Amino acid sequence: MSADVRTVRITVTLKPGVLDAPGQAIRRGLDALGHQGVQSVRAGRYFEVQMKNDAHLDDRIREMCEGFLANTLIEEYRYEVVSTAFATEG
Amino acid sequence: MDIGIIVFPGSNCDADTSHAVREVLGRSAYYVWHEERTLEGLDAVILPGGFSYGDYLRAGAIAATSPSVRALRPYIAGGGLVLGICNGFQILLEAGLLPGAMLLNACSEFRCQFVHLRAERVDTPFTCALRPGQVLRLPIAHAEGRYYVDPITGAALAARGQVVFRYCDAQGAVTPEANPNGALDGIAGVATPSGAVLGMMPHPERASEDLLGSADGRLIFSSLDRWASGRASGVTADLEPAEAR
Repeated sequence: MSADVRTVRITVTLKPGVLDAPGQAIRRGLDALGHQGVQSVRAGRYFEVQMKNDAHLDDRIREMCEGFLANTLIEEYRYEVVSTAFATEG
Repeated sequence: MDIGIIVFPGSNCDADTSHAVREVLGRSAYYVWHEERTLEGLDAVILPGGFSYGDYLRAGAIAATSPSVRALRPYIAGGGLVLGICNGFQILLEAGLLPGAMLLNACSEFRCQFVHLRAERVDTPFTCALRPGQVLRLPIAHAEGRYYVDPITGAALAARGQVVFRYCDAQGAVTPEANPNGALDGIAGVATPSGAVLGMMPHPERASEDLLGSADGRLIFSSLDRWASGRASGVTADLEPAEAR
């Protein structure tokens, strides 16, 4: 039987106020393609992590984000925990 | 003097750095594979430029978890000298051994060009052969070199003399036009308060001989030599623990 596994969806973006050069470049690309009305684009990174569930799941996720997945000097993160109905062993 | 050069998967300035140490400075250089757990016995350690781990996650972030980088903390606490060049600087930031972070260049482009930089501090092991305010001409080659700290930390850095190099024009004036990447206050190099750990984006090893368009980088390596001979004659540096992030 599989352990109790959760899928964690983590999104990391630059903090508001930090100049997002990739986001600006992507916005210019959208402009060039004729997509009108785009006010701004914030770029970021997305991680999908499968991990064993326990009582400290949120603490473990925060530790992973603040110690590695995000550089909290310049980035912020948010996450959601999703049940995995068909998680397999391994 | 024995200088270790840490080699990560994706380092690409390790051989250039070794050449500068051996052929230009005339000292011993040793490649240290990143899985080494101790740096004992080395007079200085250089983290070379490159794209360690393909710059995955953030430039330097994966390399910062490697055993050799974790060994830097006790090495520095024991009086070791550390120079991070380009990707090496990014690794030192990600490891929390120097304060701040790197962002993508404000121009969104990889910049490969000669720049001028002004020495703001000449009492460190890597700048003691420079005159105060001396202007060096060195190349940069990076996409993520926009140094950033929050404004309060930035002011504290400057007050503590931790800003060692700023981008400038040929006359030494720090201007927005002379800043190739949008770095805060034109910061090109940052050190610990003692100066024992220095990170810099420009590449001294790529400009240590006239053949390469500039020999100014040689002064960074000859500073190490001068510092070591000062130590040998009994002049010791006040080494302080590295700044935590």
